[in-house]
Amino acid sequence: MRSSKSRGRFLALCVAPAVVLYFVFMILPTLNVFRMSLFERGAYSPTETFVGMANFQALAKDVKFITAMQNTILLIVTVTLITFFFAIVFAAILTREKIKGQNFFRIVFYIPNILSVVVIAGIFSAIYKPENGMLNSILSFFKGETVMVLWKDQPMVIVSVIIAMVWQAIGYYMVMYMASMSAVPESLYESAGLDGAGRLTQFFQLTLPLIWTNIRTTLTFFIISTINMAFLFVKAMVAKGMADVGLSFMYAQKDAGLYGYSMAAGVVIFLFSFLLSALVNWVTKREVLEM
Amino acid sequence: MKKFFSLLLTLALVLSLAACGGGNGGSDAGTTTPPPADSGDTQTPPPAEDVTITVAALASGYEEAYPGMWQEVCDAFTAETGVKVNLICDKNLEDVIGPSMQGGDFPDVIHLATGREKGLTEQFIKDRNIAELTDVLSMTIPGESAKVSDKIVGGFTDTSVTNPYGDGVTYLAPMFYSPCGLFYNAGLFEEKGWTVPATWDEMWELAEKAQAEGSYLFTYPTTGYFDAFLYALMYSVGGADFFNKATSYAEGIWDTPEAQQCFDIIAKLASYTNPVTPAQANDQDFTQNQQLVLDNKALFMPNGTWIVGEMAEAPRAEGFQWGMTALPAAKAGGNGASYCWLEQAWIPAAAPNLDAAKQFVAFLYSDAACAIFAKGGAVQPVPGLTDNLEGDNKLFYAIYDNGADAAMGNFAAYNAVAGLGTVREVFLDPVNGLVNSSVTVDQWVSDIKAASDQMRANLMG
Repeated sequence: MRSSKSRGRFLALCVAPAVVLYFVFMILPTLNVFRMSLFERGAYSPTETFVGMANFQALAKDVKFITAMQNTILLIVTVTLITFFFAIVFAAILTREKIKGQNFFRIVFYIPNILSVVVIAGIFSAIYKPENGMLNSILSFFKGETVMVLWKDQPMVIVSVIIAMVWQAIGYYMVMYMASMSAVPESLYESAGLDGAGRLTQFFQLTLPLIWTNIRTTLTFFIISTINMAFLFVKAMVAKGMADVGLSFMYAQKDAGLYGYSMAAGVVIFLFSFLLSALVNWVTKREVLEM
Repeated sequence: MKKFFSLLLTLALVLSLAACGGGNGGSDAGTTTPPPADSGDTQTPPPAEDVTITVAALASGYEEAYPGMWQEVCDAFTAETGVKVNLICDKNLEDVIGPSMQGGDFPDVIHLATGREKGLTEQFIKDRNIAELTDVLSMTIPGESAKVSDKIVGGFTDTSVTNPYGDGVTYLAPMFYSPCGLFYNAGLFEEKGWTVPATWDEMWELAEKAQAEGSYLFTYPTTGYFDAFLYALMYSVGGADFFNKATSYAEGIWDTPEAQQCFDIIAKLASYTNPVTPAQANDQDFTQNQQLVLDNKALFMPNGTWIVGEMAEAPRAEGFQWGMTALPAAKAGGNGASYCWLEQAWIPAAAPNLDAAKQFVAFLYSDAACAIFAKGGAVQPVPGLTDNLEGDNKLFYAIYDNGADAAMGNFAAYNAVAGLGTVREVFLDPVNGLVNSSVTVDQWVSDIKAASDQMRANLMG
């Protein structure tokens, strides 16, 4: 009894630093965001006025905010679907099939993930360049005439952002799935093969169900990180106002001297990402299969 | 033994926590020391030796042209007055000083102009968070016998750029100025025998000629460069009266024939703009748009004198030579106009060492400081400074001597309102949409009218 009590005290002391840090640097600022969304003030001004829900009412009527949230949702849906599709397919190919230079491909796919967004923006600015850009040159070569697609202009701008984001994210998730796929015992595939299951059937009946828990977890991660990544990409790659997302709206309001209003946008985005992760978690719930 | 071990561990943890806490306490003490020091020196003026002021200055193209420029000025100030200076000089000054200012720790002097994307100076203006400079103007410059106001060319402390509330009180010190205009390849004009258009009608004729050569009339780096363009355009079309009314959002001003002419010119210019421009009009690719002029793929672009240094390393068409012209006149026989872009230095109202900060601002107009700034190509509105300019700059700064009107001033400050948007978002950013036809002129104009009404209703001062 005594020993369990002192053990508990010891454990409490062990986690205390992390809990304190988390509380001071995560929980408190988050609560502060909620508080500040009810006030109007400039970012650097000493005074603030309580305005109640006025900021949220203004948000609901702000066309720019609605467009920004629409762009955010569009990016989350398309980037998630495309990234996960390719990440799973590539992971399956690289783990299940015998291909020369597997490691080479793994590294090549992973590299974009360790580059900073600024570098990626630089790379894609060379790819998307209207005159003599890589993409337009390739298209011109196949079409036999000069193609001038303005990738970073309306209406292609959102497609360009999607391509860059998918390119950046695939490698990381591919490596994750490769790890969990290689944990699936070879014997299962052998017996499935003996039962006459083809490669595709094996993939859908064996691989996917067995790595489902992993997919669920990464999906939640991915959706939350996409909200942030979308902002970084849009900020670094395209002109202001072309494809604004929720967080770019938030920053623009802060720069315009509306700190409370930008915090209100922050609150909406926070709740949105929270609810979305909960929803995804609920929708993807399956019976967990044990190997 | 086990118990002893766990005791040891907990002790270590407690110690490390205490160390953290101690660290915090130390930095707290650090931030709380300035006020007593400050209150001490307001009572007894200059025991200046132990005062240290913090100066935050944007490292712009001038600092790049002459690295260490600001440090040299600060050192000269210390040598003159004994006040030590802690200099923060960065390209992204807002990101460096912003967070600590949100925590209530303000620099004493900030050199950062309005019109930047992060709008930090504008936010201080909107919050009325800037110290008055009236007494600085009547101060004697440290180490000289002249007063500050004697050293500043007339007119530079009379506009909304320095007196944001329209009450005649100066809050921001006029620092570096540079004429903005349309930049072009003078070599190409000479080669083709074209003359630089003096009116907009001549401009449109030139557009046809350029099109025949496979070139376009116009491009712009980003929509942000339209601010100087729009100011000069309004001035050349409607003169000072229209300019002042428009920049203070006078009622019905956007329904006048002058405003209509401004909108028409920008809309027509958009149709003659190189179509790749909006795709490159972002912070990542704007130099590609500037490259269009160097490659003769566009004839004109709005820009400032820093462009020569900025594109110094870029490849260019054979025989390329920078030229700069004011905006053409609205009608034959009229005057062109060039916007005078002015950077400001100012003192946050919460600056801990107000007196020393004011001395520093005064010192910025001393002969010593002007000479140091001039090495970086930065020109202050101090008489006689433009006489010593060399090369391209001599040509550029002569623009007002060649008959162009100088437009000076800003859109008036208004209290930020949720959903209203900034001047740039309302007036300038839609130009991308005009060029790629995702926004119609009518839509743009009606948005401006609606926003302008709201801005007028929330005017400051």
